[in-house]
Amino acid sequence: MKGITQLTGRGISIEGNDIDTDRIIPARYLKEITFSNMGKYPFFDERFDAHGNSKNHPFNEARFQGASILIVNKNFGCGSSREHAPQALMRFGIQAIVGESFAEIFAGNCTMLGMPVVTLLESEIQQIQKKVQDNPQIQLTLDFLQKKLLMEHQPWFEFQMHPSRYQAIVHGTWDSTGLLLGNLDKIKQVAQQLPYLNHFQMFKT
Amino acid sequence: MAQNTLYNKVWNAHVVDRLPTGQDQLFIGLHLIHEVTSPQAFDMISEKNMSILFPQRTFATVDHIVPTTQQTRPFQDDQAEAMMGAIEKNVKKYGIQFLNFESGLQGIVHVIGPELGLTQPGLTIACGDSHTSTHGAFGTLAFGIGTTQVRDVLATQCLAMDPLKVRKIEINGKLSKGVFAKDVTLFVIQKLTVKGGLGYAYEYAGEVFSSMNMEERMTVCNMAIEGGARVGYVNPDTTTFQYLKNRKFAPPSNEFDQAIKYWKTVASDLTAQYDDQVQWHASEISPVVTWGITPGQSVGVSDRLPDPSEMSPEDKKLAELAYRHMKLSPRHPILGTPIDVAFVGSCTNSRISDLREAAQIVRGRKVSKKVKAFVVPGSQQIKKQAEQEGLNHIFMEAGFEWRHAGCSMCLAMNPDKLQGDQIAASSSNRNFIGRQGSQEGRTLLMSPAMVALAAIEGQIRDVREVYQ
Ligand code: SF4
Repeated sequence: MKGITQLTGRGISIEGNDIDTDRIIPARYLKEITFSNMGKYPFFDERFDAHGNSKNHPFNEARFQGASILIVNKNFGCGSSREHAPQALMRFGIQAIVGESFAEIFAGNCTMLGMPVVTLLESEIQQIQKKVQDNPQIQLTLDFLQKKLLMEHQPWFEFQMHPSRYQAIVHGTWDSTGLLLGNLDKIKQVAQQLPYLNHFQMFKT
Repeated sequence: MAQNTLYNKVWNAHVVDRLPTGQDQLFIGLHLIHEVTSPQAFDMISEKNMSILFPQRTFATVDHIVPTTQQTRPFQDDQAEAMMGAIEKNVKKYGIQFLNFESGLQGIVHVIGPELGLTQPGLTIACGDSHTSTHGAFGTLAFGIGTTQVRDVLATQCLAMDPLKVRKIEINGKLSKGVFAKDVTLFVIQKLTVKGGLGYAYEYAGEVFSSMNMEERMTVCNMAIEGGARVGYVNPDTTTFQYLKNRKFAPPSNEFDQAIKYWKTVASDLTAQYDDQVQWHASEISPVVTWGITPGQSVGVSDRLPDPSEMSPEDKKLAELAYRHMKLSPRHPILGTPIDVAFVGSCTNSRISDLREAAQIVRGRKVSKKVKAFVVPGSQQIKKQAEQEGLNHIFMEAGFEWRHAGCSMCLAMNPDKLQGDQIAASSSNRNFIGRQGSQEGRTLLMSPAMVALAAIEGQIRDVREVYQ
């Protein structure tokens, strides 16, 4: 797979700390056995009332349609491990998430889909959020080689990325199955060494 | 860097290789799956024509979507039925053991793993569910994972993982009567916040945890994830070994001593080093109730709700959102808050000791007329045990509904839901907006005993009064 070295797009901001995966995608949409419809559901209950009427929400605003870089605050994606959350954002059109911090499982899930999550300081995020609110048309660029966020192609802030997530994104190795299977012999070796697989019986039926 | 902790030992024993990404490839000793997060993973396997490397190390059950009243098939809900159909097809196709209704062993995945003796010290465990941290009660490293990772475990019995730091959470002393494991875990989250655990494994140590039984330890580790920690664990000890003896999938009696010998070696050394340590005393902990929309927004039951104007700007914002949603007011006592629904259940608090505790409160009393109350045992086995003890009668005579095993109103992917802006006293683990099935629904998290008392009184009361 090809790595991602640069992403350019317009920004969309969701403000608030501790935005959990139930808010990103309500559990009732987890009842579908494929991910294909998930793009319809991000932030559903915050975007629509019980009768289906649109509420005030950035994801509903015309001026943010087509935005692909999501800007968030602290501990975004906390809560459940549901991959439906990043799937919903990705299928809505989000290609990267920029925030102060992320819940671990969520960030890992994003990475495995090839969706980068990068972190910046609180004050920087606030500036970006304000800019995007004031002018949804500005172009943001994530340059992964320089680890820089660019505004209108001008360097703006440096961002941080978790080292292994960075490697996966830049080298295009986020689809880990092949990587793991490449070590098949070593997997079997470990299985032969683990006491619970060899010296005493486990899971005997 | 942490050294010689259980975390280090178990991790190191399972490292297959260092990957080019810098992550470790970890062998997974036990893989648990349920109906919600597995169908897409099986689809990926079959699309790529891959096989399952160790099918005998994966166990399946159904819990999230199962109705807790009527369980005859086909389910009334077509989507739930389709989900059942998918897992049935997949376990058959790939030869995976299925703990289904007919087995008599079905239940919430994190309840049945330990109950069946599948969860054993020194294991790495993965499950497409964040509350996999529960299994850490046995001295395992148990990871909640996403669906693409479920695919990886199926195909390779491995995960690509980043190492964690280890924080030792030590609480000594003795909990007072009416203060439960749930209160301890909510207390820790209140102190360290819901983001405090990011990047950490939590080791729960000290007299409070070592004197807990296994079910209590599970309650604590279950909510490590609510504190932001991916895994939480308690070092295995005699309590752990005693619990596992004679369980269905535990080592047989002629090999049990050998297993114990190994299990003892995985516990953290006395000289272990940690990346961080915190300490509290049991006397600081009282029954805890959440008032907001994250598990960290909580107070002691006799305290007043916090004042946003005294908070940091970011806590303030979230608190204001929480107050609007919860329709509660700052500086008011949480005591006396009226409730509409009382729910005893979920992988946090649906085990036999939880039901006994709640039944003891309820015995001979009546549920308030304004309250809809129900009890959902965590597994078919727990249900049976409770019925043998007559707990079901105690509950039903008081006006509780007695249900079949499942996740129920913990996340409301089944018919059990809050309506409108109903407010629930709930023994579950998440009070997120919309979590219990209604956009305006409100959740107060607390121990099962506190839920039982709230059901009777129709409002939040302090369970310590009952024990006096
Ligand atoms: S009981 Fe709740 S938290 Fe536990 S597995 Fe079920 S839905 Fe998840």
